[in-house]
Amino acid sequence: MTEEQRHHVAGAFDIRNVIGALLGIYGVIMVVTGLVSNEAPAKTGQLHADLWAGIVLLVVAVVFVVWARVRPVAVPKGAAEHGGEEDQV
Amino acid sequence: MTPLTIIHANAVDYLVLATYFVFVLGIGWLARAKVSDSVGFFLSGRSLPAWVTGLAFISANLGAVEIMGMSATGAQIGLPTVHYFWVGAIPAMLFLGVVMMPFYYGSKVRSVPEFMLRRFGPPAHLVNSLLFAVAQLLIAGVNLYLLGIIVHALLGWPLWLALVVAAVIVLSYITLGGLSAAIYNEVLQFFVIVAGLLPLTIIGLEKVGGWGGLEDKIRAAASAHQGIAPASQQLSSWPGQALSGFHSPFWSVVGIVFGLGFVLSFGYWTTNFVEVQRAMASNSISAGRKTPIIGAFPKMFIPFITVVPGMIAAVVVTEIAHLKAGGHPAGGASGSGVTYNDALLYLMRDLLPNGLIGIAITGLLASFMAGMAANISAFNTVLSYDLWGSYVAKDRADSHYVKVGRIATVVATVIAIGTALVASNFSNVMDYLQTLFGFFNAPLFATFIIGMFWKRMTPTAGWVGLVAGTLAALVVAILTKGTLGGLSTGLIGIGGQGAAFLCAAAAFVVDAVLSVGLSAVTTPKPASELRGLVYSETPREERTDPDEATYPWYQRTLPLAGVALAMVIVLNAIF
Repeated sequence: MTEEQRHHVAGAFDIRNVIGALLGIYGVIMVVTGLVSNEAPAKTGQLHADLWAGIVLLVVAVVFVVWARVRPVAVPKGAAEHGGEEDQV
Repeated sequence: MTPLTIIHANAVDYLVLATYFVFVLGIGWLARAKVSDSVGFFLSGRSLPAWVTGLAFISANLGAVEIMGMSATGAQIGLPTVHYFWVGAIPAMLFLGVVMMPFYYGSKVRSVPEFMLRRFGPPAHLVNSLLFAVAQLLIAGVNLYLLGIIVHALLGWPLWLALVVAAVIVLSYITLGGLSAAIYNEVLQFFVIVAGLLPLTIIGLEKVGGWGGLEDKIRAAASAHQGIAPASQQLSSWPGQALSGFHSPFWSVVGIVFGLGFVLSFGYWTTNFVEVQRAMASNSISAGRKTPIIGAFPKMFIPFITVVPGMIAAVVVTEIAHLKAGGHPAGGASGSGVTYNDALLYLMRDLLPNGLIGIAITGLLASFMAGMAANISAFNTVLSYDLWGSYVAKDRADSHYVKVGRIATVVATVIAIGTALVASNFSNVMDYLQTLFGFFNAPLFATFIIGMFWKRMTPTAGWVGLVAGTLAALVVAILTKGTLGGLSTGLIGIGGQGAAFLCAAAAFVVDAVLSVGLSAVTTPKPASELRGLVYSETPREERTDPDEATYPWYQRTLPLAGVALAMVIVLNAIF
């Protein structure tokens, strides 16, 4: 077996994809809230804070997912065997 | 009074909160089930890129102290609060990366009690383990208290009930495996907190008319009321009398630089192994050294999402402005009157639309919960292995210690409810935490740093220094004004943060003097037993990275540290 074959990419478990997924969900929630709520943005003055926050969250989410695609992390085979609880002292 | 809640959360906010916990508990479940090599990879450590460990490094610290304490202090005294970051954190983080980390990474030391045991022997180990256990319980109480006031703010329950409920939530978080993927969670948590707090700063500044508008409003409030810090002190970080409590600008600078910048912060960052372990999870000595240095870059901008919202709250939120003007507004998250600790929650009420409230609440709950869980877990480890396993019941089966650990977790949570009630007596939790750090971190830092660089330091000096240093801090705390509430006599006319600096300085000096003095008259350990424990006895190849020189400059430790230092100096000059 060559060195290449003993590695595979982290895929869905790459922490960047997890960050992208969570922030992406939040972005969708905020954009929908911003579009649906007809309540005037009383608290925030002229700013449509929910809509803008949603858009920014979506952009950040996309950046993380793209980053993970462009530069995938290689995981050595059998890495999980070293896994486990961390000491917390 | 009807149980009016401070924060009006709706279904969208709870959806945001629930989504986060599905993620965190899901990752915890994957971690324990070890369903994938990839999960193991991200948990096993020794393989993570430096940006991940760097973010985990500051996120592990971005908890109760940073968020609530810094916004409370920002509301109370304004801009000098930034010293906790630019003087009180960055230099120590850079020092940790440049000087200490190669040594930690190279030696086999993995915890402070372990270092004490091998460097100084059982007496110092016992003293340190006991102090560490007590410190974790007290700090867990601060986290629990802050969790409790959020539950109270959301649901309007009385504080004692909120504390019990929060404690049950933390216990289930630990039981469901919330800590098994700590690094994963910390990095996620970091982004959620930033997403929740950044809108506060932006919307807040928009509302007061930008930075200039904020300055004008603080000036107006300060000139209208005697007894609060003058606007000139609130709007400029130096010389920071409002922070140190010293009248003389000269002594104020000395107090901040030596007390906060040196003793407290070097003590905190270089001996805090909850933090140091994040760096240990990286893939090389070079990445380990870069972990705190990369963390320093986001860290220096955290004040803009914690201190600045606090300052905004003091002029925008009616209750906080009233409190600062010397009033005693009713309400507050504890239900027994508004305190500075409530600044951020009130600002969220006034500025954030639903949805964003959910993100902010999620970030706060996540970080306090993870913080308290880490305290409880650290207590648990020290109690069952360092104390119970070394001094009470040696050489039992593993199942015995696991059982002790389980009981310790539950007992610690119950005790934390008590220490949370103690924390609730302080109008600003930051004062309380700094005092605790003075007791526990300052003497530890003196013993640690001398023991690490001076091979002549003896085992007797190790434990006597720790005991005497802690007692010195306690005596100073009793002599100052209000540091320990009713216990303090006020003989030294300094209170607040200045008193905490004084406690820390006293602890450090007494510990250092006794350590050096006693070492002169007692017998040191032979040099052969000090390999990996004392700098000069650790071979150079165990603490250097051969690949470091081949990286481009922006991936090397020293140039990165230089850039961070330059940026902090610029920030200090601007504000």
